[in-house]
Amino acid sequence: MRRFIIQLIIILICFLFQTSVFRFLDLAGIVPNLLLIPTVSFGMMRGRKEGMLVGFCSGLLMDIFYGSIIGPYALLYMYLGYINGFFHRVYYMEDILLPMLMVGANDLVFNLLVYVFAYLLRNRLEFGFYFIHVILPELIYTMVITLIIYKPLVRINRWLKRKEEGSED
Amino acid sequence: MRFNNKHTIPPKYILLILTILCLALIGVSFAFEEVLTPLRYITGVTITPMQHGINTIGQWVSDKLDMLVDIQNLQAENAELKKQLEEYQMADRKQLSDEDELIDLRQLYELDSRFPDYEKVAANVISKDAGNWFDTFIIDKGSNAGIQEGCNVMAGNGLVGIVTEVGPNYAKVRSIIDDNSNVTAMFLTDDSICNVLGDEKYMDAGYIRAEDIDKDAAVSEGDELITSNISDKFLPGITIGYVTNLSLDTNNLTMSADVIPVVDFDHIQTVLVVLDLKQNIEEE
Repeated sequence: MRRFIIQLIIILICFLFQTSVFRFLDLAGIVPNLLLIPTVSFGMMRGRKEGMLVGFCSGLLMDIFYGSIIGPYALLYMYLGYINGFFHRVYYMEDILLPMLMVGANDLVFNLLVYVFAYLLRNRLEFGFYFIHVILPELIYTMVITLIIYKPLVRINRWLKRKEEGSED
Repeated sequence: MRFNNKHTIPPKYILLILTILCLALIGVSFAFEEVLTPLRYITGVTITPMQHGINTIGQWVSDKLDMLVDIQNLQAENAELKKQLEEYQMADRKQLSDEDELIDLRQLYELDSRFPDYEKVAANVISKDAGNWFDTFIIDKGSNAGIQEGCNVMAGNGLVGIVTEVGPNYAKVRSIIDDNSNVTAMFLTDDSICNVLGDEKYMDAGYIRAEDIDKDAAVSEGDELITSNISDKFLPGITIGYVTNLSLDTNNLTMSADVIPVVDFDHIQTVLVVLDLKQNIEEE
């Protein structure tokens, strides 16, 4: 239960930062995809189920606030969290490179899918433009932010784990 | 996760359930948009104040960052402004000298207005001597328009020359930069008399020569030369030009100088011919 609440708070903070604070800290009008970071991180640290749930909550929040239809972002984040759960096996807690690369790859997939469904299907065919002006900057920015907030997430996870083990004992 | 016995449902089933839920949500929100407005309302009420609150933090951080950027910008701007200041100072100096000129011109205008009854006729330059500068040129009006030999010719505010030959519908004008030209002039400031001579040597440089200036005359470079009242051909008070390169002659009695004419002799299109002759005015 504690874990659930803490994760919800993390998601909420990421959401709030993504939607408000980083609007001021945007680079070339690009805001990092903060919600992807806990999704990927928890997916890798905790496995498929938590990644999936965190992703679902993140996406749902985004849908409710900014989507005209509720569901697609939840679906997308959820699947990304689930897939990242498979990397739980090759994951080392101290390793920062893999999470960063994973966040980058996830962001790429995320944006490609968004492009295909939200743009390509509306006959917006200038993929090169969108790639250079939206996808690539967001990818880089998000990876840089991952560098900053991944460690705290690991520490929170470790703390939660210790608490859980303590309560189980 | 395997050590945790509380959750027994395998992740893939949860995924399946949630996927179906998502798809259902998509379908529902697509078909009945208003169904989900309460949900939006609730989250809106709870989350929006948080966003508002955190926005103030964001604003603060943004302001601080802006300040850092501002410092750099200000430095760049400062350098830019310094450069501009130099330009403006230069322009200001030019303005000041222009102002002096303006005062001079106004004085000259007053001089001009002392003789408002000069009758003038405008004429076009139709041909000229070969060469870059005008020496003599033909204008398209002659005795039919009242022009006589010896009429003064002006362009704008300055003296151009004198009519030396008149036909019924043309007149030949010898300009003051012509090598044969000799005008008695005086300084506007000092009333000292000198001779302004056209000189082939200086023609290309755009100068005419002023000679026989009294060495004691209180004149300096930049002073204005006007036609003097003791000339028998030229009407008094017409600007000739500005003195430059003032130097003492080898005879140690007189000075000579270069004069920059006010008229741009390279680009004369129309001239004004003063119909009144100096002699006639004297006679009246």
